[in-house]
Formats: sequence, C-alpha cells, structure tokens
Amino acid sequence: MAEHETHEFDVIVIGAGGAGLRAAIEAQAQGARTAIICKSLLGKAHTVMAEGGVAAALGTVYSEDNWEVHFRDTMRGGKMLNNWRMARIHAQEAPERVLELEDWGALFDRTEEGRILQRDFGGHRYARLAHVGDRTGLEMIRILQQKAVAMDIDVFMETTIVRLLKDGDRIAGAFGYRRESGKFVEFKSPAVVLATGGVGKAYKVTSNSWEYTGDGHALGLWAGADLIDMEFVQFHPTGMVWPPSVMGILVTEGVRGDGGILRNGSDERFMFGYIPEMFRAETADDEEEADRWYTDRKGARRPPDLLPRDEVARAIVAEIKEGRGTPHGGVYLDIASRRDPEYITRRLPGMYHQFKELADVDITKEPMEVGPTCHYMMGGLKVDAETAAATVDGLFAAGEVAGGMHGANRLGGNSLSDLLVFGCRAGRGAADYARAVDVRPEASANQTEEVAREALEPFERTDGENPYLLQQRLQDKMQALVGIIRVEDELKKGLDALGELKQRAGRVTAEGNRLYNPGWHLALDLRSLLATSEAIALAALERKESRGAQTREDFPQTDPELGKINIVLRMKNGEPYVDRSPLEPLPQDLRSVVERSL
Amino acid sequence: MGDPSTVTMRIWRGDTNGGGFEDHDVEVSSGEVVLDVLHRIQATQAPDLAVRWNCKAGRCGSCSAEVNGVPRLTCMTRMSILDPAEPITVAPMRTFPIIKDLVTDVSYNYEMSKRVPPFRPKPKPPDGHRMFQEDIERVQEFRKCIECFLCQNVCHVIRDHEENKPHFAGPRMFIRYAELEMHPLDSGDRRDLLQEEMGLGLCNITKCCSEVCPEDIHITDNAIIPLKERVVDRKYDPIVWLGKAIKGRRSGRAE
Repeated sequence: MAEHETHEFDVIVIGAGGAGLRAAIEAQAQGARTAIICKSLLGKAHTVMAEGGVAAALGTVYSEDNWEVHFRDTMRGGKMLNNWRMARIHAQEAPERVLELEDWGALFDRTEEGRILQRDFGGHRYARLAHVGDRTGLEMIRILQQKAVAMDIDVFMETTIVRLLKDGDRIAGAFGYRRESGKFVEFKSPAVVLATGGVGKAYKVTSNSWEYTGDGHALGLWAGADLIDMEFVQFHPTGMVWPPSVMGILVTEGVRGDGGILRNGSDERFMFGYIPEMFRAETADDEEEADRWYTDRKGARRPPDLLPRDEVARAIVAEIKEGRGTPHGGVYLDIASRRDPEYITRRLPGMYHQFKELADVDITKEPMEVGPTCHYMMGGLKVDAETAAATVDGLFAAGEVAGGMHGANRLGGNSLSDLLVFGCRAGRGAADYARAVDVRPEASANQTEEVAREALEPFERTDGENPYLLQQRLQDKMQALVGIIRVEDELKKGLDALGELKQRAGRVTAEGNRLYNPGWHLALDLRSLLATSEAIALAALERKESRGAQTREDFPQTDPELGKINIVLRMKNGEPYVDRSPLEPLPQDLRSVVERSL
Repeated sequence: MGDPSTVTMRIWRGDTNGGGFEDHDVEVSSGEVVLDVLHRIQATQAPDLAVRWNCKAGRCGSCSAEVNGVPRLTCMTRMSILDPAEPITVAPMRTFPIIKDLVTDVSYNYEMSKRVPPFRPKPKPPDGHRMFQEDIERVQEFRKCIECFLCQNVCHVIRDHEENKPHFAGPRMFIRYAELEMHPLDSGDRRDLLQEEMGLGLCNITKCCSEVCPEDIHITDNAIIPLKERVVDRKYDPIVWLGKAIKGRRSGRAE
C-alpha cells in the first residue's frame, strides 16, 4: 500500500476533551513519551459544552459535605448499579483534582471568604458544583489545554483513529487519517488511552456535536474489549425545543439549581407528582417547602425539580404524552418569575445569550420551553477502578467512554469530576504499563493495509449510499425505537433497522478527493456509530426492567436480581455478543454510608 | 428568486490551488442559522463541502467565516438577519491560509499560543489559595474567549500583512497575556516579551477586534490598553503616550 507517516510513543491518548487532556498530562508527568490525537482542533472538544459545574465535596459552602455524602448521592443517583470502587475513588479524589486546576490557573467563582463557590444541582445533597458562571467546561478545557501545551505534549489535531492495532492479545498502537489531507497515519504505542466521549450523534435530538460518533466504544469493541451498561443513555431533561434548528441544545441544570422551576402547559408545577419512593424522604412535599429550601437548607427539603436527571426526564415525557405540554411540545422552565434579571444574567450569562440569539426569548422576562435531549452515555469500556485498564492489555479508558462509574444514571456535575479523576488515573495507569513493557509490541503490516484499503472504498463506488442520509435515518430510528421509553417490540425493530443500515453503510460513497472531505469522514464515522448503536439496542433488549435511564414500558418495575449484574457486550466471531457479569457486592461499611438518612 | 423559502448561498469553494464562489439554491426553514443551511448543502448537493464546526451553540468557536463580508460564527448567525433577495456569500476567514472551502489553516494561533510563558503561581499558603470575586472578574472576562480567532482575522496588523505574523501575537493572545498579568496568583512578568517579541506596540487600538468578538469581550479597552500602560512604565509607545496626554491616567492597575 501507499506510504504513510509513522510515529512512536509510549502512550497515545485518543481524544482531547477533559479526560484525554488530563490523561496526557499525567502520562507525560510520569515520564512517558505521550501524544494526544483528536478529531477537532485543540480546545474544541465536547467538554467546552459542559455548563453548570464540576462536582467535588470541597465543603466550602456546606461544611457538612464530605466524600461519603458525595459517594452516597452518586450511588443512589446511579440506582446502585455503579462500580462502587470507582464511585469511591471519584468522591475521594475529586476535591484534590479540582484544587489542582486552581494551581494551574483556573478561576472558579468565589465565596465571600475567597474560596471556591459551589452551586446546587440535581441529586446532590449539598451545593457541590464548583463553577464559572455557566461556562465551567470552557474554563476547564482551556486550563488543561494550556497545561498540556506548556508540558510540550505532542498534539495531532484533526486526526481520526479508525482502528486500534494489536500484536497478538496486546495493543500495539492505532491507525487513522489526517482529516486535512486525508493521508493515513500510524501510531506505534504499547499503551492507548481511549478518551473519545460518547455517541450522542446516534440520536436525532441531542446536545452532542458531530464528533460524538461512538468511536472509542467501537474501537474498544473491535479490539476485543468488554463494554458494560450500554443500555444506559442519559437524556438530559432540559434541551431547547424551539425553533427546530436548535432542538436539543443544552439548557444547564444550573437554571434549576439557581431557582428555576418546571411547569407544564397548564402552568402546574408537575414535578410534585413524580417523586419516587427512593427520594421521597429528602424531597419537599409542596411548593411552599420547596421555595423555602433555597434559603433554609436545614428546615426544608429540596424541590422535586432537582431530582436526578432520569426522574425529571421521564416526568417531562409523561406530561407531554398526556397532552400537558407547551405549544412547541416541551414544558416550561421558568426562572424569570423567580429571580431578578441582574441575578439571572450574572449566574447564567450563556443561557441568556443562547436564548436571546437563537430563539428570540429573553429568559429574564419569559419562561424557556424545554424537553429531553440525548446528552451522555453511562455505558462504556469495562475498566479497573484503580488503573482505568480495560479488558485488553495496553488499553485504557477514561471519561464518558468508560463504563461503571455512573451506573444506571449520572448526576449532573459528576462528569467533569469523573474525567479529571479517571483521566489522571488512566494516564498514570498507561504510563506504568508502558514502562513495564519489555518488548514493544509490533502490529503486522497487513493490519494497517487492510484498514487503509477499507477506508478508501467509499471513493471507489460511484452509485452508492449518501452518508448524510444514512446518518439521518439512523438518528430517526434510534430516537423512535431505542429512545427514552423502550419496549421489546420496538427494540427488535430497531435492531432490524440497524442491520439494514449496516448493509447500506457497506455501500456508502464519497465524492471528491481526500482533502478535508466531510462526506468521506462521515462515511467512516458511520461504522462506529452503527456498532455502538447496536450495542445500545442489544443491551436495552437484554435488561428486562426499568432502572435509571433504562425505562422499559413492558417491564416498568425494577428487578432486584438485575441490580446485581452488568450487561456486557463483546465481539464473538465477528458479531456483538451479549453476556452478563456479576457486580462486586457493596461492602457493609459503604452500604451503611449509602443507606444513611440525611 | 421565486420561492421565498429558498435562498441562494454563494459559497467559496477551492483549495490551495485556487477557487471561486459557487452558487447553491437551498431551502431555509424558520429559525435556522447559516450553519444549518451549509449542512443542508452538504447533505443534498455537495457532500465534500469543507466546513469546520463542533458545538453549534456558540461555545466552541470552530465555525468562523465571513458572511456577506462580515466575520461571524455561522452557528450564531440567523438566516433571518440576511436579505434573502440577494445571494448570501460565505467565504473563509481571509487572514489565514486556505485549506479547503471554508476551512482555513489556523495553526498560526496555536504557534503563538505555545510562545506564551505559562501561568506561574505564587507559593500556596498552607490553608490553600484565597481569591475574591472582585479580584478575578476582569480575568474571567478574558476567559470567556472561545478561540474563534475572528479577532485575529480582522486585525489590520496581520490581515493583509503576512510578514507581521511572526512578531505579532494578535488580540486573542493579548487577552491571554492580560489574563496572566492580571491573575491574582501569577508571579510572572511578560512585559518585555510583549513589547519586544509579541508586537504589542503595533496595535493602534482601532478596536476592530472588540467589535467582532462574539463573546463581547472588551479586548482593546480591558486588555490591550492596560497592557500597553504596564509596558509603558519602561518603554515608549506613542499611542499610550497620546492616550494619556488626552485622557489622563486610566484605571488600569499598575503593579
């Protein structure tokens, strides 16, 4: 085959969002020769979209807060399906990782005493989210980006990895192409950290960008790794619904944390009708108590508007389905009638700007219309809690592409802390692994030749399928058949549709040449989109219960037996295979932490 | 033009070998932005049309282009503000070398970023750092920057003067220097570098950068002029001298 450029490193990190940057910083600090490979320009990754804050029990606003309470909230939010070792490490290490950002120059909003201010979010017992207005992710990515640049880490921007390379059972590197030139590039590396984020672009209504095509999930699967919890796709309760071109753009949970409330089309605060048993003891019974909570944390319980995301999203769907939606098919999110304009524009400048510019809505004067939007993938590569090692030697995963940390539902703010904590651990794990390697692995030349040949096939077809239309069809099918509310019959139809789309994707065509060609890029991204979507549908079909983000109309109850297992996806004879693996039981000391009433 | 829901998009197509404007008639729905329409052209007419974008919500700064001659984020430019009776031109940012179609080579900005001496914190007290909101607010303004590079694109010093690029950091990097210089915990001093190697003196404060900033950062008033004032303690800059002569000392904090 044609020549391609080749680079050698000890650790390569795929993805330059928060997890990837944090992993690369740590790997380089441990002495590993490290490179970052990312599909976009540096600093554009999806982390910039994170708005509300990073969860860490700093105790700057409520001194009662500590890692145990954070751990408890995370496990309960995840419906106890979380890998408790990850949840414990996360709660214990998040404060250190956040304070470290301050040492690197981050400027979080402050308390009166000059400490980091923390904001309320759904499912968190105390105000726990360190934040910068509603642009926390931007601050974090900029600080991490600048740190990585200052450490002289090699960055390969606008480069897409299409396959991981192996030497026997071990990882040997990765192969991809530069989007700008279309030329192939090989990375030889004994350790690979996947930090590729999620798969939101499989859905029609999503808060995710074009990059979110399930690359890491698919790369891992194809390389032989186990995926867990793939049925758990988080639909954020509040995305924009109008006008249609902005449908799905995120509206931060911070709006509710800062006093905003949900109302249906009949102006009722409907969330009081949707308080689940698990959260009843800590949720306000009526509007008076809920409103009092903002100023009286000891004497009042939290509003139901701040229940975990799965609960709120489900309630909104139910209201709309029963005909109590707004004119554009959402519900109202109202902060205008509850806080003064100066407060709103200071706390939520991004939201103010977004609605003003894109929807002609002044959120200081009128309510927003919102509805659920695909936001986050709880499922991902099965990893070791301490080292972030996946189930293939040399492969590591951190952030959204890793599974287990969030269980069946992620709490807001726990993603930014997750990517710091486990990004750091993955970087260290990968550097340690690479250091211990005696003989560097070598991928056979025929692996790269085969991948390169496949990647160029779309150019050889003249009358094939249009990749954009295939992606739209995939999004329609996933939204309709593998969406928020699921039922066996529809899931099976969804799998049939995915099978058909896989066939058609094999006939996809690319026009033009290899120079910065988005049609060709999408043609290649379709393969990971489809593989990851199929994993979601298969896992959703297998879990015959409702738990967290998985809502099965045909199995509306939670099944205690299914609370003891993860659904596992792995490749077997070239096809995805569904398996189960038992969860490690929660030790008694941690069980009492989780069951503690507060 | 017949159907009112159809517009003509006049898009620059080409690469390093040259190119020109190409017309695409395309449907537009209510509420759409320029980027929506570019995506529709990709899906239905020109699958290889090169467009850089990510968040489509004005937060990542990837989709900068010149729409009817005005540098903008295409994801935040509503079609309704443009006259549908005339062809709408979309061209790549002019200041950066072309890669293909609307995608330019913005590596100049990343190279200049590498040359910024990093944050150098003061020693950490045993009970951790303390900073107060009023002391960080002006730096937080600069941190709103989404690196869309529209300010770099419109800056006269480099827009038609490629030769100035190696010794001119540009407005984006000046706010980066300003945020470091004004950071309550930073102990570095980048003033000589700014004047001698980063071309701070070349800025003649025409404020084009501030006008085009989608984040409404007051680049000239709050970053560049205070930096010039800090530098002028030791160096002579005619613009600052003139500014001072006319208006007297500004409120920028001298150290």
